[in-house]
Amino acid sequence: MKNRTVLPNLFLGLIVVILYLPIALVILYSFNESKISSVWAGFSLKWYETLFRDKAMFEALWNSVVLALSASCGAAVVGTLGAYGFTKVRLRSKNAVEYISMLPIMIPEIILGMVFMAFFSLLGLPFGMTTLILAHTTFCIPYVYMLVKARLVGMDPSLAEAARDLGAGEARVFFDITLPLLAPAILSGMLLSFAMSLDDVIISIFVTGVNVNTLPIKVYTQIKTGVTPEINALCTLMLGATLLLVALSNVLGKVGKPRPERRHIKNKPVIECGKKEENR
Amino acid sequence: MRARKRRGGVWVTLLPLYLFTLVFVAGPLVYMLVLSFQTRAEVWGVVNEFTLSNYANIFQPVYLNTFLESFKLALTSTVLICAIGYPFGYFMAKLSPVWKGRVMLLLMIPFWTSSLIRLYGWIIIFRANGTLDKLLMGVGLTEAPLKLLYTYPAVVVGMVYALLQFMILAVYSSAEKLDWSLVEAARDLGATPIRAFLTVTLPLTLPGLLSGVILTFIPSMGLFFIADILGGNKVVLVGSLIQDQLMKAHNWPFAAALSVVLMALTSLMISLYKRVTHTTELEGLL
Amino acid sequence: MGETILELQGIAKHFGETDVLNGVSIAIGKGEFITLLGPSGCGKTTTLRIIAGLETPDEGRVLLNGKDVTDAEPNQRDVNTVFQNYALFPHMTVAANIGYSLRLKKKPKEEIKKAVEDALALVQLTGYDKRMPAELSGGQRQRVAIARAVVNRPSVLLLDEPLGALDLQLRRQMQLELKALQKRLGITFVYITHDQEEALNMSDRIAVMRDGRFEQVGTPAEVYDSPRTSYVARFVGTANVLSGTVRAVKDDVLSAECAGGCAGALCRGYAFAPGTPVTLAVRSEHVEFTRDPDACGIPAVIQEKTFAGGMLRIALTLADGASLIASRHGIDLDVQTGEAVRVTWRPENAMPVDVEETA
Repeated sequence: MKNRTVLPNLFLGLIVVILYLPIALVILYSFNESKISSVWAGFSLKWYETLFRDKAMFEALWNSVVLALSASCGAAVVGTLGAYGFTKVRLRSKNAVEYISMLPIMIPEIILGMVFMAFFSLLGLPFGMTTLILAHTTFCIPYVYMLVKARLVGMDPSLAEAARDLGAGEARVFFDITLPLLAPAILSGMLLSFAMSLDDVIISIFVTGVNVNTLPIKVYTQIKTGVTPEINALCTLMLGATLLLVALSNVLGKVGKPRPERRHIKNKPVIECGKKEENR
Repeated sequence: MRARKRRGGVWVTLLPLYLFTLVFVAGPLVYMLVLSFQTRAEVWGVVNEFTLSNYANIFQPVYLNTFLESFKLALTSTVLICAIGYPFGYFMAKLSPVWKGRVMLLLMIPFWTSSLIRLYGWIIIFRANGTLDKLLMGVGLTEAPLKLLYTYPAVVVGMVYALLQFMILAVYSSAEKLDWSLVEAARDLGATPIRAFLTVTLPLTLPGLLSGVILTFIPSMGLFFIADILGGNKVVLVGSLIQDQLMKAHNWPFAAALSVVLMALTSLMISLYKRVTHTTELEGLL
Repeated sequence: MGETILELQGIAKHFGETDVLNGVSIAIGKGEFITLLGPSGCGKTTTLRIIAGLETPDEGRVLLNGKDVTDAEPNQRDVNTVFQNYALFPHMTVAANIGYSLRLKKKPKEEIKKAVEDALALVQLTGYDKRMPAELSGGQRQRVAIARAVVNRPSVLLLDEPLGALDLQLRRQMQLELKALQKRLGITFVYITHDQEEALNMSDRIAVMRDGRFEQVGTPAEVYDSPRTSYVARFVGTANVLSGTVRAVKDDVLSAECAGGCAGALCRGYAFAPGTPVTLAVRSEHVEFTRDPDACGIPAVIQEKTFAGGMLRIALTLADGASLIASRHGIDLDVQTGEAVRVTWRPENAMPVDVEETA
């Protein structure tokens, strides 16, 4: 029985190694003295220095963070309220609206970028942070909506009924019971939105203004116009931040209170998956 | 009959969703359709004049060729992604819970890093005298640098790399739900392992596989930056074409017509998926 | 049973095409322990939810303390519920769960703390206030759910199969505790169960429900000893039900022809004309055997003898193919499988059911 799993495990391992190979190289060469990434000329931190002196890069990073935060918060509000509202009110337009609101994650980004660009210029909106936030919020809503909806479906309706029975009005039930129980789903939706927004190139290229750069756009133009290893340094730092975040959420997950309902959710919010099993 | 009292005010919670959905999703898509039937102005902008010429334009050999090339690339990438992603998701679902969690984490970490930077890693690998060349020449397999960067295979690798995890997650989510005792039952009833796989496992994980195909095939027609970074100007996708028409040629109606066709293709695939699997949601989308 | 606290008047509820409740009416007295007994789908949970205000009836009225509360929201009713799955808020401690309704009423902190402690003491969980619901056993969760519902001292407490998820031993113990608690608090309990034993053990009155109606409402003794319909007879205490024809009536005792034999039963105040069809209910423990061919009895063949739970259960087949169950304490009886016997019972142990009221 044992050796039957050797080959599959080798396969899994190999793919994971290939998955990490480019990342490892980027990290490795971020410490390279030479400018040419095919030659190893010794350990150096000079690209990190260059990076920290690059004002434009930090401006782009700042823009991206502001954008990702705004979009994920906006999506959290719209998506959560929407998913909650649909459980309370029976509307004939529900299916249609749900379908349309999901379209942004179904259709190719290129189409979304194109239609946003055309539509915003039709509306006469000035291209820049506003259009970026509007576009990003729109494509982040489905992530929050779907995760929150899944959580709502798995939620025991008698909890809300019990609260009402004990004297809470509709609004109190929402803030005392529903919202706290939805919090993990909302949070994973926001994190997912944040990651999606922070990584988006295609849509941003279409809806950004002349003088607003997001980090991915900046990186994209840099890669296209000949690379400085500064990018390697940036990537290494971002990866470090990611790992820190993952570790943090893992630790928080272990410290946090047990949440027995979690099993009912139709598995897999992206960031929860990793730690879910280990908590047990 | 007593009329059920309305819980006043709850509909307010739906207002933002309706606003965003109708104004910022339905609105732009409808405008895209309108735009695709309008005429391009002489210098700049659009003239409100009905025409079908934008759609006729697509059939020009140069554009039709782009569509075919793009389709071919998407197909190649998707086949490769299936070949790697299906077994990965399948084997992953058979791991112990602890290892499932670990592998999932390993899959997720790259997802959280910038996809551009990960692609840049492939530049390091593919460039002349890059990592791959050094490795192959070091082992003695090749004599001279392969010069893989800015070639078709490099773009395929980039696509597979960028989209693989969507397939893995879709298949995994499907295989995870699979009741393995069904496979055991098939074996018990006399099926060989291969037969049991073909008659039980594969049909039951088909929704995941198909969902993965959609989640990889559709984006791979539009991910122009991968073709850009790893393919130089040699590989032109529908996505690149749309971008060029918008940004360089300023021919918005034509870009809109191209998008409408791509969108129609997308809808066709999704509705086919729904027809085959009798579900409404794509497996493993999140 | 004193003054009426809760009254249902002609409650009807339809979900789409199905009629869940068909005109349910009952008056429940102060401090009464009343059980709605019936199989799943009989409408008992819907009745409870209508009392709680979680559903609105399509027809009829709900009166609480003489006030019409039919359309009042759940939070405006002096009624609390112990939910079937307890519905403890998983993100709140035991103390926060129990004190929730008091916090909504903006009671002072000290008062809430005291009330929570008292409620915990009431259900014998003192010291568990800081636990999370996930850290409790099923029985403990059950107690917390009860404490949370009674901390307000509602006029009526609704309990929806509260013991359903517990194992048999714990269930027996909780039955006693619940009954004692109800006596101590003097709160009216409306209790739902599909377990007839539970209903018989705990209730002051039982309302047997079937297809959205009350089939019979009465004390446990009434429901058990004088079922009015064959449904009640079968559901409460699993009685045998036989059909036959009335032959003669004498001194409030009727004798009937049943499956080619003779059977007696009390008339229970009904008037029977000879020749009318009649349905008789008789409990298995009252079925006796006789070998006297001249005695009033029904010929039967013993099919099977099984021994379970300290009782010997004998399955018989009658001449017309109907089956009958007899039961005895003790291990054995001098009858053998396959043997032909005559079964009989004392007339006072059998009663006519399903009698048309107009008769």
